Parts: sequence; structure tokens; C-alpha cells
Amino acid sequence: MTATVLTQEGEFTVDATDGLLLTPAELQRVTGWSLKPEGLCRDEVCVPMPEALHAGRVDVAAFWQRLGNPVLADDSRTTWVLGAGAQARREALDSLQAPEFELPDLDGRPHRLSDLRGKKVFLATWASW
Amino acid sequence: MIVAVAEDSGGAERARPWIEASHAEYLCLVDAEHRISDLYGLVNVPQAVWIDERGLIVRPPENPGWTDDWRHNAGALAEMSAEERKTRGRLMTPEQAAARDAGRLAYMDALEDWVHTGRHELARDAARRALPALTPEIAQAQAHFRLGVWLRCHGRAAEGDRHLAEAHRQHPESWTIWRQSAELAQAGGASGTEFLKRMAALGDKPYYPAPGLPGFGAQGGEENPGSGR
Repeated sequence: MTATVLTQEGEFTVDATDGLLLTPAELQRVTGWSLKPEGLCRDEVCVPMPEALHAGRVDVAAFWQRLGNPVLADDSRTTWVLGAGAQARREALDSLQAPEFELPDLDGRPHRLSDLRGKKVFLATWASW
Repeated sequence: MIVAVAEDSGGAERARPWIEASHAEYLCLVDAEHRISDLYGLVNVPQAVWIDERGLIVRPPENPGWTDDWRHNAGALAEMSAEERKTRGRLMTPEQAAARDAGRLAYMDALEDWVHTGRHELARDAARRALPALTPEIAQAQAHFRLGVWLRCHGRAAEGDRHLAEAHRQHPESWTIWRQSAELAQAGGASGTEFLKRMAALGDKPYYPAPGLPGFGAQGGEENPGSGR
């Protein structure tokens, strides 16, 4: 079954079964976490979570909640949000490193904040509404 | 480098007329998912962040010099029809308009000063203290907002509105969440009667809290005089 996953990095279309059970390759593509013998790992951190493994797939919703992050699904359980928890948000901002993003201009060309390293950046929001 | 980001679930087509009319020579980006508000903990538009050459936040999110001068007319404006509001503007007195302009100019001066001299950067500890509050409720609200906007944009208005209402319930301080949701429910909703009533109900609380910069009264701010470089 095809599902949509919304994260802070973007929108992903995945092949999911029984809720949000993903192959390890899909897990890595969507979240950056990978399945290793010691558990689910990203950078230097590994979280042992054998109960999240089901016939070669990872219960990503259960794993994401275990990390303390919000998980939501629509009524049909085909669109999911894997959010960032309060602690992850605080840690990200407390570093004072400006969170990286990529957004399009009017022509759809993507721009990344990190492309502007070496310049002072005045980042301002507005809205048409 | 100025980066102006439109927090607009309607996407490029909603933002385009404004960007084209401005003849902007700076970078204009479109943020249909409100990712910048999500990542930086923003609660209103406009808000601004100063980022130095190393990619470090040297002034956390703040209101870029807009003032509350017209807000005190919100109650009177809420009583009017939309048509009447169009002709009456924001009921600003010349004094209120002058104070509004002075705020924007004072902020621009500070910004230029930073670009040339590095002044007005906050020391790291002061910058951390000025970061927005980030609670589990806010994290949950951002997830509901994301799903609600997605559902709305995919033709599932009723289901989307449930999530948008929950986002507002969990993060009532976010004007952006409430106003974008109101606009999705009805064009013009972001600045309509209900918005003006909510604004009037703020009482003494600011809608645009003053930035801690010269020219903004007693809130002198915690600047780092040596700029720490």
C-alpha cells in the first residue's frame, strides 16, 4: 500500500504495510535512521528496539514515538506526520546553529540556507493573507 | 543577504503578486508548509532571525520593528463590515502612522548597523535566553497543523479542519497557525472580523512585542557590545 509521510525535511511517498511498517531502506530514506545489528541508528546514536521489527520491516510509528516525537495519521492511516518532539527542537535551537532548510523561489528553484554561509543573513517571514 | 519567506499554504500562486509588485532584489522563497515557522518556533508574521556568516543565530526570532499602533483600533474595526473597513483603512491617526513608520525605520537602522559593524548581536547566553519556548504541546500542534494543511490542500476540508483546530488548541499563542487556518477555511478569514475581535481581546498584551533594540523604548535588550568575534 502506498502511504505519504510528512516530516520536517519534506513529503515522502512510501510503500507501507499495516500502518507504517517500512523496509529498512525506506526508513533510512525518510528519517535518516538505519537498521543495524545493535538497533536503529543515526550518527553515533543507536536505539535497541527489537519489538519494532516485524518480518523485516520496521514499525516506524512506534519507533518515532519511542524517540519522544509526535506521530499522527489521517483517518485512513495512509498519510502520516513524523514530527519533531520538544526536546529535539530545544536541542536544535540551543546550539544556535540556524536550522537548515531548502525552499523554492517563485520559479520552483530550490535554495538552501547553507548556500549562504559566509554572508550575514536576514531571514524574515511574511504572508499574503 | 535578505531572505524573505512567504508562510503561505496557498503556495507560489498566492505569494507571486506580492513578490512581483515589490520588485524585490533579494531572495524570495515560498514556504507552503510553514517549515520556517516550524523549525524556528515562529508564532506570527512578520518575524525575523539574524544569522551570522558562520550560520549561527545572533538574534533569535523577533518582530522586525512593527508596532501595535493600529491594534488599539481593532475593536472598532471589528464592528464594521468588510466593505467599510476597506474604505476606512485601519483608522490610524497621523500620530499612530508616524509611530508605526518610526518603528520600521529604527529596525532598519539597527539592521544596517549590524551588517556594517556587527553591533546588536546577542552574546550566546543572551541569544539562548531569547529563544522561543518549545513545549510538547507546541511540538504536537506543529504536527496537527502540518497534517491539517495537507488534508485541506488535498480536498479533505472537514478532516483537515479537525487537525487545524487541534493545532490552535495546543498552541494558542501562534497567530500564524490560527490565521492560516482561518484563511484556508474562508478567503479573507485571516484578517476578518474574528481576527480583529481576537486582536482586541489581547488587551494589554502585545501583538507585535517590541524588539530589544535602540528606538524601542525601555526594552533595551541584552546586546553583546563587543559582538564576541
